[in-house]
Amino acid sequence: MGAQLRVYTQKIKSAQTTKKITKAMELIAASRIQKAQARVAASGPYSRAITRAVSAVATYSNVEHVLTTEPAEIKRAAVVVFTSDRGLAGAFNSQILREANDLTEELRAEGKEVIHFAYGRKAVANFTFRKQPLAGQWVGEAENPTFAAAKEIGEALLDSFLKDEADGGVDEIHLVFNRFVSMMTQTPQVLRLLPLEVVEGVEAPDKSEVLPLYEFEPDAETVLDALLPVYIESRIFNALLQSAAAKHAATQKAMKSASDNADKLITDYTRLRNNARQAEITQQISEIVGGADALASS
Amino acid sequence: MAVLSVSVVSASHEVWTGEAKQVVARTVEGQIGILAGHEPLLAILANGEVRITLENGEKIVAQADGGFLSVEHNSVSIVAGAASLVG
Repeated sequence: MGAQLRVYTQKIKSAQTTKKITKAMELIAASRIQKAQARVAASGPYSRAITRAVSAVATYSNVEHVLTTEPAEIKRAAVVVFTSDRGLAGAFNSQILREANDLTEELRAEGKEVIHFAYGRKAVANFTFRKQPLAGQWVGEAENPTFAAAKEIGEALLDSFLKDEADGGVDEIHLVFNRFVSMMTQTPQVLRLLPLEVVEGVEAPDKSEVLPLYEFEPDAETVLDALLPVYIESRIFNALLQSAAAKHAATQKAMKSASDNADKLITDYTRLRNNARQAEITQQISEIVGGADALASS
Repeated sequence: MAVLSVSVVSASHEVWTGEAKQVVARTVEGQIGILAGHEPLLAILANGEVRITLENGEKIVAQADGGFLSVEHNSVSIVAGAASLVG
């Protein structure tokens, strides 16, 4: 009997310790969300300015550029998967990997060969476990992405995009990342990075308004040459920041429900322990009474 | 006279924003000065500084390496991966 009591006490202790840890992680994540969100907001003006400029060149000039023209046939596509470095974030990583898998299947069904790039330890681990080769991988700073990292990824992607088909170049690049919608919701998003579709910030000009005639210096093509890598970097940087913010939100949510569950466990085990203690006392009493009766009657 | 609304933007944050009388920058083709009413322009900046003259004559110098400059409807944006104010 006493043994059972001890077991319950142990379980309560362990749930309490777990709760302390998850509570701490929840608080840490909560404090980091603010910062990550602020970074997303702060990078807004940059990507807006770049997007405006790119759409200006695309709209007000008729340059045919390798990055904007759709190839006749797409043979190989690259999928870039953005996850976090660490787990304990609920469905954050698994939903991204699932989305990436779906996309891969879809692309393969269209007869395209698919190669993967992975950002974040979880994505790398996933592909290594499935023995799928990676064309590129970046780990170690998914929690706090830097612009330099975005630049590096952008360069690698642009490199493989500009390479010839025969040398392993790709014709299409997709990004798969978690978008921070709100504290409660993070949705996986698939974005086709290249060939470029400038969707954001293209406002249909007012009819009354005369289209501004842009002057390009030195000329439209060179400007586009210089702008597009920058645009790609800014899109990737945005994806990195979104993903980091979403990760913190997901961690906070996961840790909150872990703490709640620990609370529930503690309540349940405390009830059971009280029950066991009461049963023990009852049994002892009945043993004493029974013993006394037996002595009296003998 | 109309004023220019100028913003200097780097990848991670907005460096400076405000109204100005004149912006002088060095593009790959040479020095360019922009006053209010300039035609729409998109130019690649050479490594170098951008001088912004405020309405009260005060001058602000920004360093924008390898960025670009766009002018549209009296709003000027100077955008670079790493942009900062000097001095």
